[in-house]
Amino acid sequence: MTLTQHDMDTEIAAERAAYEKRVADGAPVEHHPRRDYAPYRSSTLRHPLQPPVAIDVSKDPELVELGSPAFGERDITEIDNDLTRQHTGEPIGERITVSGRLLDRQGRPVRGQLVEIWQANSAGRYAHQREQHDAPLDPNFTGVGRMLTDDQGRYHFTTIQPGPYPWRNHVNAWRPAHIHFSMFGSAFTQRLVTQMYFPSDPLFPYDPIIQSVTDDAARARLVATYDHGLSVPEFSMGYHWDIVLDGPQATWIEEGR
Amino acid sequence: MTKTDTTDPANVLPTPSHTVGPFYGYALPFPGGADIAPAGAAHQVVVRGYVYDGAGTPLPDAFLEIWGPDTEGELPRVDGSIRRDPATGGYLGRNGVEFTGWGRSQTDADGHWYVRTLAPGARGANAPYLSVCVFARGLLVHLFTRIYFEGDPALAADPLLSRLAPERRDTLIAKPQGDGTYRFDIRLQGEGETVFLEFT
Repeated sequence: MTLTQHDMDTEIAAERAAYEKRVADGAPVEHHPRRDYAPYRSSTLRHPLQPPVAIDVSKDPELVELGSPAFGERDITEIDNDLTRQHTGEPIGERITVSGRLLDRQGRPVRGQLVEIWQANSAGRYAHQREQHDAPLDPNFTGVGRMLTDDQGRYHFTTIQPGPYPWRNHVNAWRPAHIHFSMFGSAFTQRLVTQMYFPSDPLFPYDPIIQSVTDDAARARLVATYDHGLSVPEFSMGYHWDIVLDGPQATWIEEGR
Repeated sequence: MTKTDTTDPANVLPTPSHTVGPFYGYALPFPGGADIAPAGAAHQVVVRGYVYDGAGTPLPDAFLEIWGPDTEGELPRVDGSIRRDPATGGYLGRNGVEFTGWGRSQTDADGHWYVRTLAPGARGANAPYLSVCVFARGLLVHLFTRIYFEGDPALAADPLLSRLAPERRDTLIAKPQGDGTYRFDIRLQGEGETVFLEFT
């Protein structure tokens, strides 16, 4: 049976209604997608059926998961955060600057930690051999970057506006333009991989991946803000996107004593 | 709102997770990612296995991050896992001398993965274990699990294992193979489903 966008819209609306009912009935706000979000078909056989086993980190300061891997200056080069300078020529597309802060749930900066990004080129194609979308590859753009956050938790990338691209979740499925982000915190429990979107993308309502975040406010936190102050004159458009890591750390009191 | 007001922690809400998708392969894995143990180090351990979906099919597009302490149970604060070459812009790999405790292991086309690291020491009341974080296309939020080692007398008193029914507990215990490696399969769904963890 062919799965159409209309079928998908119906499923997305049903998931949203179910979430709104849960919250109305007193359930907590859900900041993250459910792993069994059915409209994203790849999740069908890849989500656990058993609930996760909870571990209260406040009971045991010796947990391995309360530590985190370290990264340093030898793990990056100076141009790793400039995706427009990794080849001999200029990549095609609109240059953009993406900057923001990496924070924990208390609003404190996460300092000196690794932020990695990857993305499609301006035509909507990844430089990945298994990618079969027939948009052109750009010999001057790979679409991979990394950097360490500074003392205020700030990160800063110069790159190319990625294009939207088709995929095979259903007929005529298109991903809104996005940049993949991977972050580490001060505890391994804070590990986060996600995707950053661009403001006012008309594809948002049709895409089961962004819609897997059923809470409106949470979904809005995946969308960067256009920031004229970050735009570089005669060079690039600026976007601001702060990232807040979830997951518990060693408690504030324990850290302070 | 993607500018976060940090004056009141009640306004600081988490950024939602998303799947890594299918095309992280030219960005996140790095050469030597699964070879965490320094060359020639004593007390190395090799763990290998497959990642399976709910139909029993191995995943060719998953990767694991492995994080663990040294043989004394100390968690390293050592960088250099993904050393870069400033001359070529490529990867230099680890220096083979220092232990960073962390690595990435991508599944092969047949779903097989491995890690070679130091046999972890115990921390506190816990039996020795490696922390594992699983990422894959189709997985909207990564999954945490643990690798414990069969035959370790500390398993009996481990605070997590003690809470689990025997058949579930077994999913967290790597089994020694005849070739000196340990086998640890990860089943994302259904029969024999691996125990996954949530930290609160």
